[in-house]
Amino acid sequence: MGLRETILSKSIYVFHLSSGSCNNCDIEILDCLTPRYDLERFGITLVGSIRHADVLLCTGSTNRLTVPIIKKLYEEMPKPAFVVAFGACGSSRGLFKDSYNTGQPLDEIIPVDAYIPGCPPKPEAIIGGLMKLIGKIKEKNKGK
Amino acid sequence: MSHKAHVPIGPYHPLQEEPEFYKLVVDGEKVVDVDVRIGYNHRGIEKISESKNFDQSIFIVERICGICSSSHPIACVQAIEDIADIPVPERALYIRSINQELERIHSHLLWLGLAGHFLGYNTVFMWAWKYRELICDIMETVTGNRQNYAMHKVGGVRRDIEREHVSYILTRLDEFLKQLDMLKGAVLDDPVIHARLKGVGVLTKEAAIDYATLGPVARASGVDIDVRRDHPYAAYDKIKWNVITREEGDVFAKTVVRILEMYESASIIRQCLDKMPQGPIDSNPKDIPAGEGIGLAEAPRGECFHYIKSDGTNSPTRHKIRAPTYMNFPTFKETVIGETISDATIILAGIDPCYCCTERMLIVDTKDKIFMNVEELIRLSQEATARIKEKMGIK
Amino acid sequence: MNIDEALKSITDHFGSRVLKVSRRSVKRAYIDIYPKDVVDIVRYMFKDMAFRFNIASAVDDFDGLEILYHFSYDTSGFVISVRALLKDKSDPHIDTITEVTRSAWWIEREIHELFGIEFDGNKDLRPLLLPDDWPSGVYPLRKNFVVPKRDSRKE
Repeated sequence: MGLRETILSKSIYVFHLSSGSCNNCDIEILDCLTPRYDLERFGITLVGSIRHADVLLCTGSTNRLTVPIIKKLYEEMPKPAFVVAFGACGSSRGLFKDSYNTGQPLDEIIPVDAYIPGCPPKPEAIIGGLMKLIGKIKEKNKGK
Repeated sequence: MSHKAHVPIGPYHPLQEEPEFYKLVVDGEKVVDVDVRIGYNHRGIEKISESKNFDQSIFIVERICGICSSSHPIACVQAIEDIADIPVPERALYIRSINQELERIHSHLLWLGLAGHFLGYNTVFMWAWKYRELICDIMETVTGNRQNYAMHKVGGVRRDIEREHVSYILTRLDEFLKQLDMLKGAVLDDPVIHARLKGVGVLTKEAAIDYATLGPVARASGVDIDVRRDHPYAAYDKIKWNVITREEGDVFAKTVVRILEMYESASIIRQCLDKMPQGPIDSNPKDIPAGEGIGLAEAPRGECFHYIKSDGTNSPTRHKIRAPTYMNFPTFKETVIGETISDATIILAGIDPCYCCTERMLIVDTKDKIFMNVEELIRLSQEATARIKEKMGIK
Repeated sequence: MNIDEALKSITDHFGSRVLKVSRRSVKRAYIDIYPKDVVDIVRYMFKDMAFRFNIASAVDDFDGLEILYHFSYDTSGFVISVRALLKDKSDPHIDTITEVTRSAWWIEREIHELFGIEFDGNKDLRPLLLPDDWPSGVYPLRKNFVVPKRDSRKE
């Protein structure tokens, strides 16, 4: 495991992107950072700029206005980068898949590494999902 | 010579949770014009609803906004009940009110936390969100979910409140009220908050009426409207409560209205639990005839408006939804212009997470013995606030 | 003022310009009018009778596009909706009410965008919700609009 991957699996910086969600997922993400769940004790924190981020946390069914932005943001991320599809809408576009304004599913726009399903996922599920992602990062880099 | 510059905010900006694009035109520090581009969140719900049946459309409107996921379904089922004059059992009405008020407390706390965060007062952010968890616990007990409650259906509610849950709800509510007292003191007595919020972003009463603003925004500008009192629904006409209004119209008045409304909500929940009769919770309606109906509900941000037209089949031919922010939003034109950029950010709501130390902040000596716990720390900070106020001569 | 007094005041003031009044219950009523009278009636209700403007909504019906202006009277709790029928679906026109109340600013933009109704006199009818590359002349909330089936894998 290289230095980069070791550091990456210790404390991940998350950029939260709402691509047209109903807000519930976003609230639960913030909830995870407040005192009861407190993800910051694992070094996980939200960052303001995509250029500082290791993980892109994408909520909501995509729409025609946000699809180009998602692509652009992914390109701007420093690599290695990981993408988490968050909630039912992020994973599969959920209820909104038949709408005239909904774009492609997230995993057809950019590569997705983990899915956290739920509408919205409970904070426990979010913590579980992120821990699994860290496991995946470690697993991926075992041979290196 | 004036020198105008454009400041873009968004669509993805650390200050905002949701994507919106603001364009501020500034002259030095002063904002002279604002424009906003929305639509990053447009999901075509009104069209989707036309392809679903009446039971399914309630689940869709629940997902319009995560915070109002009780108000929109209530407005929607009331519109459908208005078409067909469907009776609702008394007990279900009380349960609807309880659900609405729990949602109101959780939403106001959420807003209060974000407002505190905006001002750089992150302690309020962490406190408010921490105490919000108590309400989420009650919500989980009552509805089975923390968010997206799936409680409401045409003709009643889906879940009953069990008798053994009532005492749990009451103890949690007591616990919450104790914390709310402390939070109220921390916000409303703080001289810094007074300095930052008083006289900022004033919305006059005339403008509030002309823009047809709703909810706490209108009430903070002296417009005495509240759907719960004016168009009584659920159990609001069966219990005693007050509509909170303020005259000033600035951000501080909005804060005061929201904080005091939480006390009213807690009192409504208590009275509902006390007065709730036994009986059925669902009238099991069969068909929805052709016709049109309007449903109104007071969401935490103001009135939700649903207009449903039915042609006698099992899905609506037209479902118009008007969320409260739709009316409150354009008032930015009124409130932001003339303010400084730094104040504009308070008015244009937004969010990002931050550091704070509430429960974790224990002063521990070398022998791991706690010699100052949270209560004592809060007392210390309250004493410090009092000293500052004395120095500045603020009552 | 209860709903009957309000309806009487409107019918007395406008006489034969009110086509039909249907009082559904003590809380709801619908008034049918000609499209050309919209501004006058809206001004009378909003300014003189102190109604609150809830919202406007358009409906794509068989015989034309219906536009409803919903007003609520909060002191005694009822809603009156004013309905105008625009028969020509290919080129629907109605006067703007933004002169009367600024609260109609956004909803007129929205209806213009989603139903294709022109609001004469409203200078700010820029798109509000749909993306900039949305084809002109396609109105998603009209009944003849069918959501295009997309095979997302091919996009």
